[in-house]
Amino acid sequence: MPLLDVHELTTHFHTREGVVRAVNGVSFRVEPGETIGIVGESGSGKTVASLSLLGLIPAPPGRIENGTALFDGVDLLACGPKTLRSIRGRAISMIFQDPMTALNPFMRVGDQLMEPLQVHQGLSRREARTRVEEMLRLVGIQDGARNLSAWPHEFSGGMRQRVMIAMALITRPHLLIADEPTTALDVTIQAQILELLARLQRELGMAVILITHDLGVVARVCRRIYVMYAGQVMESAATEALFAQPRHPYTEALLQSLPSTHVKGEPLHTIPGLPPDLIAPIAGCPFAPRCASATDRCTRGAPTLRELVPGRATACFRVQDGEL
Amino acid sequence: MTRPLLELRELRVHFPVYAGLVRRRLLGTVRAVDGVSLDVAPGETVGLVGESGCGESTLARAVVRLVPCTGGTVGFEGREISALREPAFRAIRPRLQLIFQDPYASLNPRMTVFDALAEPLRVHGLADGRDVLRRVSDLMELVGLAPRFMRKYPHEFSGGQRQRIAIARALALEPKLVIADEPVSALDVSVQAQILNLIARLREQMGLTLLFIAHDLSVVHYLSHRIAVMYLGRLVELGPAGEVFHRPRHPYTRALISAIPVPDPVREKTRQRVALHDEPASPLNPPSGCPFHPRCPWAQPRCAETVPPLESCGDGHQAACIRLDQM
Repeated sequence: MPLLDVHELTTHFHTREGVVRAVNGVSFRVEPGETIGIVGESGSGKTVASLSLLGLIPAPPGRIENGTALFDGVDLLACGPKTLRSIRGRAISMIFQDPMTALNPFMRVGDQLMEPLQVHQGLSRREARTRVEEMLRLVGIQDGARNLSAWPHEFSGGMRQRVMIAMALITRPHLLIADEPTTALDVTIQAQILELLARLQRELGMAVILITHDLGVVARVCRRIYVMYAGQVMESAATEALFAQPRHPYTEALLQSLPSTHVKGEPLHTIPGLPPDLIAPIAGCPFAPRCASATDRCTRGAPTLRELVPGRATACFRVQDGEL
Repeated sequence: MTRPLLELRELRVHFPVYAGLVRRRLLGTVRAVDGVSLDVAPGETVGLVGESGCGESTLARAVVRLVPCTGGTVGFEGREISALREPAFRAIRPRLQLIFQDPYASLNPRMTVFDALAEPLRVHGLADGRDVLRRVSDLMELVGLAPRFMRKYPHEFSGGQRQRIAIARALALEPKLVIADEPVSALDVSVQAQILNLIARLREQMGLTLLFIAHDLSVVHYLSHRIAVMYLGRLVELGPAGEVFHRPRHPYTRALISAIPVPDPVREKTRQRVALHDEPASPLNPPSGCPFHPRCPWAQPRCAETVPPLESCGDGHQAACIRLDQM
């Protein structure tokens, strides 16, 4: 049984300019202990989808229009704020791209780390302190006692992200949602943080949803990948299969536009045009206007994500019909 | 050999750091750029790579005098421009342009595209009256924007389009040298490819010399003839792009290249990574000797003693490591 089973999640923002269809019928699942990747460019809805699960969408203007998200038998989208609060931070944790804005600048690092233990597990200050020191060692911060009384601004970007990870994992959650956790970091620090996440995942046996735009990062750490575009899942597959043979023109175009897949000097493949405006209703496939393989049918009807073989699905008509 | 277009000799940019509001006292000196020598030949593209805080952006700003140099010289078109007085420097400044990472921050939100592109032309007296309109349309076409959008404001454009505007603005004065500081790192992959193609095309078309700063080595390798790697204010490796990328000699370059995630799960599972512990030291308090030695897996006690100079290790390839012969 999956740990998390999201079905037809739809989140819209009702703004003065119109309805922004940020997430449109997204389905995915996470098995216990596995790492999945949600990949997409800015505006593809990957962050909104994960914030929706945790009830962190500002409402209004945001509204979850449809869908279910079963976590351990509880529907996260219907269970109400009180239940959600007890799940969030205890069974599901989240880390964000920018640890400086996610940490409270007016609270010492130690106090911030102890807070979830005192709130969710009713630990005393002393018990919490011991657990925090232990957790800091686990994320590679030595000299925990001294760092506990430090302020967030005294830490470097990499150290702050370690603190964030420690904070997210301190309640031993079953699921960690990591939204671009290494995007703001340098590559050598990124490598350290990715390694740290992988090690902690093994040791704590938790599942991870990694949200990123970086195809290299998902190739390194994820078992399965969902590719999002304009609020929809375009393709889902096991990591090796996705990179070896993408089964959606968008994924294919995305992989082809990477400089590392090109011989030096040859022009890079580009995807013409821009992602669609999510306020204007999209009749057909959202990628059709930029797709080299699109036909009339692609602009008329909207394809749905359909399984080709077990574990491999695409939302492309032409691939589904065996034309591509 | 023709004379380099840009010649940096022992360039130094040190910033004093003060503490205290009332009684200011000197805490120390940040050695952002600490003795960098680098030549860029006409028509050449040199990629400058490094992590945040290693000084590559400061170096770019020092060349165009956005920050003052505290030592060394900058030569441009055979003249030592770091010694020029302000009016004389302003006369050559049009031939020396800078493109920044975030086009939203570098474009004035209250200026239309037309205003942004017309301003440098007017300031430097390159066009007036009717001519301005024609030059602005030409520039927009050059970077792949439809001239009918010239009355729009920056916020009405996407990130990639804004970067095109910033590029057009830099090219308005027909520069010889363009310094691009992380021009694509804020962009999505598919847009990044469009901008890289644009830069490559303009380089051919206008015969530009390019100093290209980026942290993404695959991007730098794709675009550059030579790659220079910086660490804590110093050059640690310099050489032909293919050599540096495929046969890095300095331990830091090796670690950097092995840390880049490759979009290939099969290779990702098998390849060796050079694990680095810790984080770069503060440029306020750099370690003694080789700046990289506290993080270097190959470091020896003597690495802490002297700063290794760049030494030749092949055709046009140099690295600053005392264990170079064993690397």
